[in-house]
Amino acid sequence: MAGWHGNDQKIPQGRLALFSYVFVALAVLLLVGFWKLQVVQSGHFADLAERNRIRYIPIIAPRGAMLDREGRVLVDSYPSFSILLLRDDPKQVERSLPQIEEGLGIAKGDLQQQIDEARYEPKFQPIVIKPAATEADIAFVDSHRADIPVLELMMVQRRRYPHGEMLANTVGYVGEVSPQDLEKNPDKYRPGDIVGKAGLEKEYNDQVVGTDGMRRVVVNSVGKMMRTLDDVEAIPGKPIQLTIDYDLQAVAENYMADKQGAVVAMDPRTGEILAMVSRPTFDPSDFAVRIPPSEWQSLNTDPKTPLLNRAIQAQLAPGSVFKIVMSTAMLESKAVPANFTVYCPGHAEFYGREFHCWQPKGHGTVDLHSGIVHSCDVFFYTLGQRLGIDRISYYGSGLGLGRRTGIDLPSEQPGLMPSEEWVQRVYHHKWYAGETISVAIGQGAVIVTPIQLARMIGAVASGGTLAEPHLLKDAPNLKTEQFPLSDETVEQVTQGMYDVMNEPGGTGYALRLQNIEFSGKSGTAQLMSYEAGSRVGGREGKLTNGWFVGYAPRRNPEIVVAAVVQGSTEHGGTTAGPVVRDVVKAYYDKKNGHMPPQPATAENLAPSNAPSPVSTAQGAQPR
Amino acid sequence: MKDRPRTHDFDWTLMAIVGAICGIGVLEIYSSTHASGMAGLQWKQLMWIAIGLLGMFVISRIDYHTLMDQAPVLYLVGVAGLVVVLLIGFSRLGAKRWISLGGGVTLQVSEIMKLIIIIVLARYFTEVRTDRLTLRDLVKVGALTLVPMALILKQPDLGTALVLVPVAVVGAVLAGIQWKHFAAGAILIALLVPLGWNMRHHLKPYQQQRIQTFLHPEEDQRGAGYQILQSEIAVGSGGFWGKGFGKGSQNQLGFVPVRYSDFILAALAEEQGFIGVCVVLLLYLGLILRLVDNAQKAKDKAGMYIVMGVTAILGFHVLVNASMVIGYMPVTGIPLPLMSYGGSATAFVFLALGLVMNVRMRRFVN
Repeated sequence: MAGWHGNDQKIPQGRLALFSYVFVALAVLLLVGFWKLQVVQSGHFADLAERNRIRYIPIIAPRGAMLDREGRVLVDSYPSFSILLLRDDPKQVERSLPQIEEGLGIAKGDLQQQIDEARYEPKFQPIVIKPAATEADIAFVDSHRADIPVLELMMVQRRRYPHGEMLANTVGYVGEVSPQDLEKNPDKYRPGDIVGKAGLEKEYNDQVVGTDGMRRVVVNSVGKMMRTLDDVEAIPGKPIQLTIDYDLQAVAENYMADKQGAVVAMDPRTGEILAMVSRPTFDPSDFAVRIPPSEWQSLNTDPKTPLLNRAIQAQLAPGSVFKIVMSTAMLESKAVPANFTVYCPGHAEFYGREFHCWQPKGHGTVDLHSGIVHSCDVFFYTLGQRLGIDRISYYGSGLGLGRRTGIDLPSEQPGLMPSEEWVQRVYHHKWYAGETISVAIGQGAVIVTPIQLARMIGAVASGGTLAEPHLLKDAPNLKTEQFPLSDETVEQVTQGMYDVMNEPGGTGYALRLQNIEFSGKSGTAQLMSYEAGSRVGGREGKLTNGWFVGYAPRRNPEIVVAAVVQGSTEHGGTTAGPVVRDVVKAYYDKKNGHMPPQPATAENLAPSNAPSPVSTAQGAQPR
Repeated sequence: MKDRPRTHDFDWTLMAIVGAICGIGVLEIYSSTHASGMAGLQWKQLMWIAIGLLGMFVISRIDYHTLMDQAPVLYLVGVAGLVVVLLIGFSRLGAKRWISLGGGVTLQVSEIMKLIIIIVLARYFTEVRTDRLTLRDLVKVGALTLVPMALILKQPDLGTALVLVPVAVVGAVLAGIQWKHFAAGAILIALLVPLGWNMRHHLKPYQQQRIQTFLHPEEDQRGAGYQILQSEIAVGSGGFWGKGFGKGSQNQLGFVPVRYSDFILAALAEEQGFIGVCVVLLLYLGLILRLVDNAQKAKDKAGMYIVMGVTAILGFHVLVNASMVIGYMPVTGIPLPLMSYGGSATAFVFLALGLVMNVRMRRFVN
């Protein structure tokens, strides 16, 4: 037996007492530690505790709708859900991936790719894996809250375009605010905000945008919403009313559906745009959710430029429509006598070069009236030579060509009305007089946008009033320019344009309308010069931009419609004329009560039956 | 002179303190879990306390001299048990700490090893007849301690392994460690810490992370630093008076990690404030001082070493746990004795107190 029994010795009491002191000292140290946290720093930690438990969830305000002039909905908003993936717990995410892919119908591997792309972003920031959840998706997330806790729903507001492509280029589209805009306006935008990116959405963003609300909720440590503390309701954006007439827009859209070009219908008295079509176009719904990069790429690089609003951005040679500017310049400047005539043999030589009339047989002796009605090129070549470029330029830009109209849309193009000064400034050489001959029939250096031509014709027919085109009804601060024309000039030129449609042999005779003083001017601008076209030959060599600008009544018109159909081989009266006639006819049918306004397609505007908002909270997996 | 140990001689003051701590613990467990999926946990804790009391009574009846006679056997059984755990034990949360006794009952052998090491070292120190500990003695003490420590570390359970150290250190100091040895030991540890730091890549990932987290809790708030930070937030936001019973947001919403167990002091600090913490820590100080008092009154050296061994372990638990809650020490998984929820841990404390009662009851017995 080891000799440990009977050791009745005791340990010196002092050594034991030492431990008492040590423990007292340690207790004091601990209490000091707690004191520091609970008394000295308690405010700081109380703050942190509040931040822990309270989540701010934005309540997205819907953007205001866009209505046509009669209050019919062109664009509105609807609530929708995005599905978020919480990434706090990578293992759980990994486990759930196959189930999520199957449940939400996401292609295999897609999800992993999205997660990889977001790997440098903070873990607590969830990623949107499905921007537009279907009812089935929402049901899937709701029913799997227990076994797939990494999914969450977020309510968002999306744009709805009940009429699809209609008016798309004018309305524009929305998207997430760009990093540049965020940097410029840090107080105005938050990351992820939806803003107008193009068209009216951009122009009137501040009007249609609402004020997001805020919900304060208590969340637990895994981000589950326990209860709502309070709500600050979202203030929906105000609707804006446009000058567009849905019925006229529909007529123009239908005609242009398979074509490339643009149509602008305007009330020249006020500048109100009644219809604006640009084709080919895009479906703005593609942007309402989130446009896949591939689709964005193809929209941007498509040679047919579907994102271009041709009505205000296509800068094209006006062709024979420009002859109206020439006629006005002739009569107003009086540089040429009013009874000036030219003999047209089908061609003529100027400055050692031969210029052709579109009518190879020639028009015989032509005065201003028959020059307009038959669109005789030789007459206007000669007139151009007599007037000179600066006189032409003065009247052209006076009537609004070669400069922006000031329409309430972003990125309007100015076109170009050339002059001696312009050549000097840009090319540093003198104007070649031969150039004037091409400009005289709307070819060469002069380029315009469709809206400029509509405004120009409207101005001539109304005696020189150039209203500022606009799309917002009751737009403030509209400027009306005056470029006074003598009554005599207006009478003669408008008579010419009336007879284009109403005199047998006029270039628009086929388009004439009963009981309406429908007037106008056709134009067929070659894409290549006569010589180049002959060299290339075939259909390509003969490609033209067909114009038609029509209006009614003959004087002081109520409606003017400019249309261009690009890349056809036909005459402008044939390609672009019918849509102008149809729109003008529709305008009068409506005015005279022959055509009941189409009801707004309300059935697809009913608010969708979406489930109530759900927590967007994101949480941490503490262990 | 009395001849028989009597239950009458239980330390009722000590039991009152123990009762108060257990009561506070059960209430806080209720507060932490009543609104969660673990509601009702306080009843289970009460059951563990009852079982512990029974164990305490049983162990107090066996003369501690008898227990110490069996020290070598107990030691061998304990070490063998730890080896069995490593061989056929089953894992929970990545650590192999339990062996199944069948019928769903599991046993955490390392908790029993804590009791055994108290008895074994008490026996060893008692055998030292002089008042000075030789280097030879120290090496033996070290070896006796390090074998089970190494086995527990292998589970891995750093916290429990470290708990064995204070038993040896306190015992050595009481046995009259020479100052040069003490200093040499201190220096050795001072050298080992940096060495261990360089060897940290051999640690388990969870241990590496805990050390990293302890050093830089703010760096990864959502990851490893989360537990310590949330605990500090709970404690700090409690303020002087606390948020009130059942009203701590950190606690109720689950931000405080394992708030009913290892971090129960954080939950209490949030709801009862600095005042509550003072009460609890003073109760623990009272418990410790009362234990030291019992050691002083022990009949012989053997009894003293046993009581001081218990004191060392309980004191170490409280110190490390409270320090962890306020971010002064890394998360080691050491529960707060008598308050934290847990069967094995609670049972251990009562068995250890049973040893103390055992010694106390026999202070007048020959």
